[in-house]
Amino acid sequence: MGIEEKVPSGFLLSTVEGLAGYMRKGSLWPATFGLACCAIEMMATGAGRYDLARFGMEVFRASPRQADLMIVAGRVSQKMAPVLRQIYDQMPNPKWVLSMGVCASSGGMFNNYAIVQGVDHVVPVDIYLPGCPPRPEMLMDAIIKLHEEIQKMPLGVDREAAARAAEEAALRSLPTIEMKGLLR
Amino acid sequence: MSVDVAQPVDGGSAGEPNFDPYAAAGGASDEGADAVYTLTGGDWDEIARELASAEQDEQAEERIVVNMGPQHPSTHGVLRLVVETEGETVTEVRCGIGFLHTGIEKNLEYRNWTQGCTFVTRMDYTTPLFQEVAYCLAVEKLLGVEDQVPERANVIRVLMMELNRIASHMVCIATGGMEMGALSAMIFGFRERELVLDIFEMITGLRMNHAYVRPGGVAQDLPPGAVDKIREFLALMPERMKDIEALCNENPIFKGRTENVGYLDLTGCMALGITGPPLRATGLPHDLRKSQPYCGYEDYDFDVVTWDTSDCYGRYRIRMDEVRQSLRIIEQCLEKLKPGPVMIEDRKIAWPAQLALGGDGMGNSLDHIRHIMGESMEALIHHFKLVTEGFHVPAGQVYVGIESPKGELGCHAVSDGGTRPYRVHFRDPSFNNLQAVSVMSEGGMIADLIVAVASLDPVMGGVDR
Amino acid sequence: MSESQSQGLPELPQPLAEQAAEVVAVRRGMFGGNGTSGDTSGYGRLVRTIEFPGQSPRPYGGYFDEVENELFGALDERDLAPELAIEKAVVHRDQLTFHVRREHLLAVAKTLRDDPALRFELCLGVSGVHFPDDKGRELQILVPLLSITHNRRVHLAVSCPDEDPHLPSLTGVYPAADWHERETFDMFGIVFDGHPALTRILMPDDWPGHPQRKDYPLGGIPVEFKGAQIPSPDQRRSYR
Repeated sequence: MGIEEKVPSGFLLSTVEGLAGYMRKGSLWPATFGLACCAIEMMATGAGRYDLARFGMEVFRASPRQADLMIVAGRVSQKMAPVLRQIYDQMPNPKWVLSMGVCASSGGMFNNYAIVQGVDHVVPVDIYLPGCPPRPEMLMDAIIKLHEEIQKMPLGVDREAAARAAEEAALRSLPTIEMKGLLR
Repeated sequence: MSVDVAQPVDGGSAGEPNFDPYAAAGGASDEGADAVYTLTGGDWDEIARELASAEQDEQAEERIVVNMGPQHPSTHGVLRLVVETEGETVTEVRCGIGFLHTGIEKNLEYRNWTQGCTFVTRMDYTTPLFQEVAYCLAVEKLLGVEDQVPERANVIRVLMMELNRIASHMVCIATGGMEMGALSAMIFGFRERELVLDIFEMITGLRMNHAYVRPGGVAQDLPPGAVDKIREFLALMPERMKDIEALCNENPIFKGRTENVGYLDLTGCMALGITGPPLRATGLPHDLRKSQPYCGYEDYDFDVVTWDTSDCYGRYRIRMDEVRQSLRIIEQCLEKLKPGPVMIEDRKIAWPAQLALGGDGMGNSLDHIRHIMGESMEALIHHFKLVTEGFHVPAGQVYVGIESPKGELGCHAVSDGGTRPYRVHFRDPSFNNLQAVSVMSEGGMIADLIVAVASLDPVMGGVDR
Repeated sequence: MSESQSQGLPELPQPLAEQAAEVVAVRRGMFGGNGTSGDTSGYGRLVRTIEFPGQSPRPYGGYFDEVENELFGALDERDLAPELAIEKAVVHRDQLTFHVRREHLLAVAKTLRDDPALRFELCLGVSGVHFPDDKGRELQILVPLLSITHNRRVHLAVSCPDEDPHLPSLTGVYPAADWHERETFDMFGIVFDGHPALTRILMPDDWPGHPQRKDYPLGGIPVEFKGAQIPSPDQRRSYR
């Protein structure tokens, strides 16, 4: 693909990574995926007082093919889940998903037949943001944290190594329900 | 490229490579049926060329059904509009809803009557307080304690509802403007909304989805400083409204896009059960705050705003004027505020907990804790029973309707004598009003369809519940 | 009544004044919950009959008497015996509800809409309720009507059994009922005969079951904590 795939790991690659990360986070375009109450808070974050434009993100692209970040804002119902997946699939790489609000992160207060209990059942999520709805400042904090991750994102051979390490860690980790004895 | 043109007519069966779920099942359909092509993605000119080459032996007219799918910047939320077009003219439009169905009504059956407030708030998320008030009025009616709700609680309810009305109309104008392309309207609208949300945050603790109105009154009294903040807001708002009015009212582009668009006259409104600004735009001054007042609305002096053009421009003007009327009502509320309790006297229903501003934010009120732990055994018992079991509501069913910014919001509550609702159903105005989309837009352009939907102000949380 | 029976005529239903309170369910015990240890409170022998109010005695008060008189008069003019069409009229918490028999629902609705003294122009929706223990009347709908001309409200309640969940559709009289009936069908399974397009509206088109019925589970999943889990709300022990 690009030059970054062919460069061996080392100083040159890390410079390219830094540059690419900086460019990517500097103008991360969100795809409009506002569903419910969190969508209104997302719009408020993009509006005058909590300005998302200072991060280069005021352009909420309607077409997923032109977007980098999908902010799933709101409760995802069973009927909406295939649509969500289709939009995610239509986004070109590199893409990130921010699940905004407790309904998107885990089903929230709606533990029932109609809501997907966490949007990570449908798409891979990069950063979860709790809140019902999260304040605009919370959303910006999550976006800034995501920016830092994007800045550090490895490319080429480094990314392969990182992915492998992440997979190892996930396979070795303890599932939540097994974490016993913490109440001491 | 992912052009996926399925074979016409015979849909095949699942698993076959040519499976088209939208074709008629079972092979050959009736004579004269059109071939069905399902298209997902690809370049338009390629698709048109395929269609043109395929239709050479068939009729010249091909019906094009465009799906303005649930994810769309202009359909005002997760609304699917299935539009059949002939060029730019809409010949048929149907709404697909249900993409935000949350099962709130079923969830309510597993929670206390008081806990129901937190669920009910999240239906129409631009007008959370109206849902809470409708629900609490229904519960209080079932309990038979409507007269015992203290006056200060009623005044606060009216105050919060009118502030919410302003916020909701601001969102409507902002998103409506954005969908038409008037992006400044969006910035102005959200700027005003932020002022209202600041007040809400000061009083209820949350910007949105506050579970503030509880059966029996409101959860907490107004904190010190709230009245001054509201007065500042009242002083500031008329100037801000002038900004939006100067931008849109006489704007030829705005008028060109909204006048004579989305026409729905009185007959149509009555047939389809439309209430709210679309009904008042036909000239009928029907407002439940005047005709069947609740929460003490009969004591307030305000006008019912109507317009006579039955189109989108009229609805926009009505919303702007309703904001001004709401400001009048809020001023009268501030005059009416007298010191007093904000929760019902009956300790078996009144929500016991009080919160106070502590060192680390909001927390338990130490006075309240001292009272229940040290002073009154009954208070402790009531607190315990109310928080664990909840209060019992006598069996029966009621329907309560209030005037929300979008129309008549109705709450049908059925109780079986227990501590949990047996069935609560909300008659959401947006759910009802969306039925008018077909009537309003068939025969118009696709752009007019967007404006018509925006003028009905459907909020999909309320539509799908 | 025995006279008409001996003549082979259909038995006239019980006159309105004698309609008793409707027993909707009988609850035993104070706690409950699926698969739980059951009632440990000591109140296990508690038996409570849940009754909904029956026919209210005349005069009702307010404009309700006038509405009933007008309605009965108008039904008489259409040669429909009011006792045949209307099971009972309940005034509860200042609200008038006519329980209508489903065969005559359309006639009653048309009368309420068209008669100049009644003029209930707005139909505010169709709301369903499921009473699984009320045999023969399990599925019930409530149709609130509003008259803007006279500023009045009235409700119509119609019920049908689970085995035959059919009700006539109000869309011919009140087109506003269109989506509300679709929603009631979707949530309860009540089939509205005569509806132009009765399909699911809130759930996906191929969803099995009708979610709002009492025999449909809430469908939640257990909430996972570190080392423990809490069952979903319908599986927990709860007060009845």
